Amino acid sequence: MNLEAAKQVFYEESEELLAAMEAALLAVETSSGTQRAEHLNAMFRAAHTIKGSAGLFDLGEMVAFTHRCESLLDRLRENELALTADLIELLFACRDHMSAMLAAVHDKRAMPYSAALEAQLDAYLNQPADSSALPPARRPEAQVERQGSGEHGVASDYWHISLRFGPDVLRNGMDPISFVRYLGSLGRIVYITTLYDALPEPDQMDAESCYLGLEIQFAAAAHVDKLAIENVFDFIRDDSNVRILPPHAHIADYVRLIKEMPEGASRLGEILVRGGALTPLELDEVLGIQREQAEAGEHRQLGELLVEERLAPPQAVEAALDKQREQVAHKTREHRAVRVDAARLDGLIDLVGELVIAGAASQLFAKQIGNATLLESLSSLSELVERIRDEALSLRMVPVGDIFSRFPRVVRDAARELGKDIQLELAGEDTELDKSMVDKLGDPLLHLVRNAIDHGIESSELRRQRGKADYGTVWLNAYHESGSVVIEVGDDGGGMQRERIRVRAIERGLLGADEVIGDQALLQMVFEPGFSTADNVTSLSGRGVGMDVVKRNIEAMKGNIEIESMPGEGTVVRLRMPLTLAIIDGFQVALGKSTFVIPLDMVLECLDLPADTVAANRHYLNLRGEVLPFLNLRQLFEVGGIAPQRQAVVVVQYGSHRAGLVVDRLEGELQAVIKPLGQLFRGVKGLAGSTILGSGAVALILDVPDLIQRAAIDEQRRLAVSSQQEAKRLSLREENTR
Amino acid sequence: MPISSAYHHDRCALHLDGPLTIYEARQSKQRLLDELNLARELDIDLAGVSEFDTAGMQILLLLKREAGRLDKPLRFLGHSKAVLAVLDLYNLAGVFGDPVVLASGDEA
Repeated sequence: MNLEAAKQVFYEESEELLAAMEAALLAVETSSGTQRAEHLNAMFRAAHTIKGSAGLFDLGEMVAFTHRCESLLDRLRENELALTADLIELLFACRDHMSAMLAAVHDKRAMPYSAALEAQLDAYLNQPADSSALPPARRPEAQVERQGSGEHGVASDYWHISLRFGPDVLRNGMDPISFVRYLGSLGRIVYITTLYDALPEPDQMDAESCYLGLEIQFAAAAHVDKLAIENVFDFIRDDSNVRILPPHAHIADYVRLIKEMPEGASRLGEILVRGGALTPLELDEVLGIQREQAEAGEHRQLGELLVEERLAPPQAVEAALDKQREQVAHKTREHRAVRVDAARLDGLIDLVGELVIAGAASQLFAKQIGNATLLESLSSLSELVERIRDEALSLRMVPVGDIFSRFPRVVRDAARELGKDIQLELAGEDTELDKSMVDKLGDPLLHLVRNAIDHGIESSELRRQRGKADYGTVWLNAYHESGSVVIEVGDDGGGMQRERIRVRAIERGLLGADEVIGDQALLQMVFEPGFSTADNVTSLSGRGVGMDVVKRNIEAMKGNIEIESMPGEGTVVRLRMPLTLAIIDGFQVALGKSTFVIPLDMVLECLDLPADTVAANRHYLNLRGEVLPFLNLRQLFEVGGIAPQRQAVVVVQYGSHRAGLVVDRLEGELQAVIKPLGQLFRGVKGLAGSTILGSGAVALILDVPDLIQRAAIDEQRRLAVSSQQEAKRLSLREENTR
Repeated sequence: MPISSAYHHDRCALHLDGPLTIYEARQSKQRLLDELNLARELDIDLAGVSEFDTAGMQILLLLKREAGRLDKPLRFLGHSKAVLAVLDLYNLAGVFGDPVVLASGDEA
C-alpha cells in the first residue's frame, strides 16, 4: 500500500472515529455511572487512535493537539475532573477542531490553530484534581508518555502473576502448593484462580503430571520487588510459563498475556476481571487490541509460541486456538468490511452492464436459431447475470442512516443556539441508496433541518399557547417508493404561512398581484433564489440563501422536492430521489422503427388506446372513472411514418402523478444498462439516457418525470386555450346579440 | 491408599483412607474412575484423607468433570483438614461445593 492510499484509509478511519466520538459526546451528557465511563472511554479511544495514526504520517500538530485532548479525557476517565456542561462544550469544540485539522491535511492546507481552544485546554489540564472525585490510584511511572496502542496502565494496584506449570513439576517434587504458600509469605494473595482447562481426558491423563495453571492477584509487602517475586518461581522457571505483571501494567502487557495463554481470550479475560486484575472496560480494550492483532495475522505466532514453550498439549492448543478464532471471528463479523475504491466498484458495474448487454445478444441469437437446449442454458445464465447485477448494484448502496447520524449534533447545537427545546426523531435509517447520492444529500438535508429548527419550530411560549408539547420535534424519515427513495424532513412547528409567502412573492415580482396559483406552486416559491419570509435573520438561516441551492442540488440528482404544510401543525419537505442510475429493469416499446425504454418500476399498466379517443382528438382518457392525460410520443418525438391501426397506452406513475404514453407497440421487459447521452443531446428534454439492445441497436430511455410534467402542462395549456376560445366565443356571441 | 466401596443399589459410597498424593495418584485415579464407571451415583467420603496434594487435587477435579460429562451425581463429603487446606489455597471450594455440572473447561 503506498502512502497516499494509506492516508486515504487514515482519513476514513479518523472520520469514523470522530463520528463515534461525537455520538459518545451526545450520549455522555445524559448518562451516568458505568455508562458514562463507557462513553468517556470511547472518546478516549477515538482520540488515542487518531493520535497514533497521525503520528504515523508525521502530522506533528495533530499529534500534539489530540494528545492534549486525550490527556483531558484521561483526567475525566480517572474522575480527576468533573464533567461539566462547559467541559462538554469544549470537547465538542475539540472534536470539531480535530475534524478541521483532518480536512486541512486532506486538502493540503495549513493546519488550523485556535488559541482560545488551546487556552481552554490548558486551563483544564492544569487544574488540580477535583477534590470531590476519587484520588488517582495511579503511580507516576504508569503515566509516562503514551504512544502506540494499549500503552497505558490498568487501574489495578496489585501484581498479576500468571503461572502455567510444566507437566513434570510434580514428578520433580515441586508442588505448586508450596510456591503459593511461599508467595503468601511475601505479601497477601488477594485472589487466586485455578485453571484446570488443560486437564485431558481420563485415559490420557497422567496422574503424576501437572496440568494446572494459576492466575494470582498479589499485594506485595513493602520491601518486595519484582526480583523477589521472580525468585519464588526460580525452580520452575525452566519448564513452566511464569508471567509477572507489575501493578498498573500496560494494557499491552495484558494483551500479550492473554495471547500467550492457552485458555482463549474471553475465558482468560473473564478470569482476569473476576480476580480484579482488569476492569471490564480494560478487558474490552485488551480484547479489542488482541482482535486487531489477530486479524493482522498473528494467530499463527500464538500457536507456534505455545508449542515452542510446550505450554499445553498440542491438541489443547489447537482446541483453544479454534475456540478463540471462532469467538473472535464471531465478534468481528459485523465489523469486518473491505474498503474498496469507488472507481473500481464503478468499473465492476460497467462490466456487469456489458455482461447484461452481451447476455441479451446471445439470447437473441439463440432465439433466432431456435435451439431449445441452448435457450434453456442461456436462461439460467441470464438469471445468474441478473443476480450478479443486483449484487453489484447493491455494493454501491449504503444506508441513509450514514447521513442521518450527523443530525443529532446539528439539532443539539442549533437548538442550543436558538434557545429552543428540540428533539430529533430518526426513522428508516436502513433505507439504502446510492453512495454517490448519499454524499451529495448531506448539505441539502442540513439546510432543510436547520430551516425546520429555525423557522418551523416555534418558541416554547408560543407552543404552550397553541397547546403543544414544550419541546419541538424535528424528524427525518426515509423509505422506498416505486423506484425512488423518499427522504422526509418534518417538524411539528407552525407550518408555512402562505399569506406571507404570497406577499413576499409579489414583492419580489415572482407573482402578479392578482395571480391565482396552486397551493403546491405557492409553497414551491420558497425555493426561488433570495426568497426568505423570516422576520429576522439568525446565524442559522433566514438569509434566503440555501433553499434555491437545495432545490438545484436535488434536481441535479434527478430528484424533486415536495412541500406539505399545515398551518399550526407543521411542515414536511419530501425529497424524492431515484434509486440508482446504473442499470434498470426496463420496459421496451416501439415507435415506428425506433425503440424506447421506460423504467419498469414506473410502469403501472398497459392498455389499448381506445379508437374513439383518437377520433375525438382528445388528450385524456377515462381510466376506470379517472381522468388520465396522455402524451402521444409519436408527435412528441416527431417519429415519421404512419401510426399503426391500434396503438397502446403505457400508464406511468411518478410520485402521485400519472400519465399515459401512447406508443406503437409493446415489446416487453429487458435489463437496460444506462449510458449517458452524449454532449449533443444534453439539452433534450424527455430523455434520460440511452441503452444498447441485444441486437446492438440503440434505444433511448424515457425521462418519465419530465414526460408526466409535460402531459400535465399540455393539458393545462389546452384547457386554458379552450377556455379562452370559449370566452371569445361567448363575447362574440354577446357582441352579435347586441 | 485403601479405598473401600459399598454399593446400595446403583449408588456407591466410597471411603478414602490415608494419603492421596502423587505417590498414590496413578493407582487411585484408576480405582476411582472404575467406580465412577460402575456406579450410577457416587458419594466419596474424604474424611479419612490424611495427606493431600496437587496431584490428588487433579484427580478430584478429573472425577468431578468426568461425572458431569457422564451425567452422574457425584458428591464429595466430609472433607478432611488436609483436603480443605488445598481447596482453600487453590480457591476451588466453589467448584466442588457447586452443584452446577462442570463441563470440560468450557464454562467460560
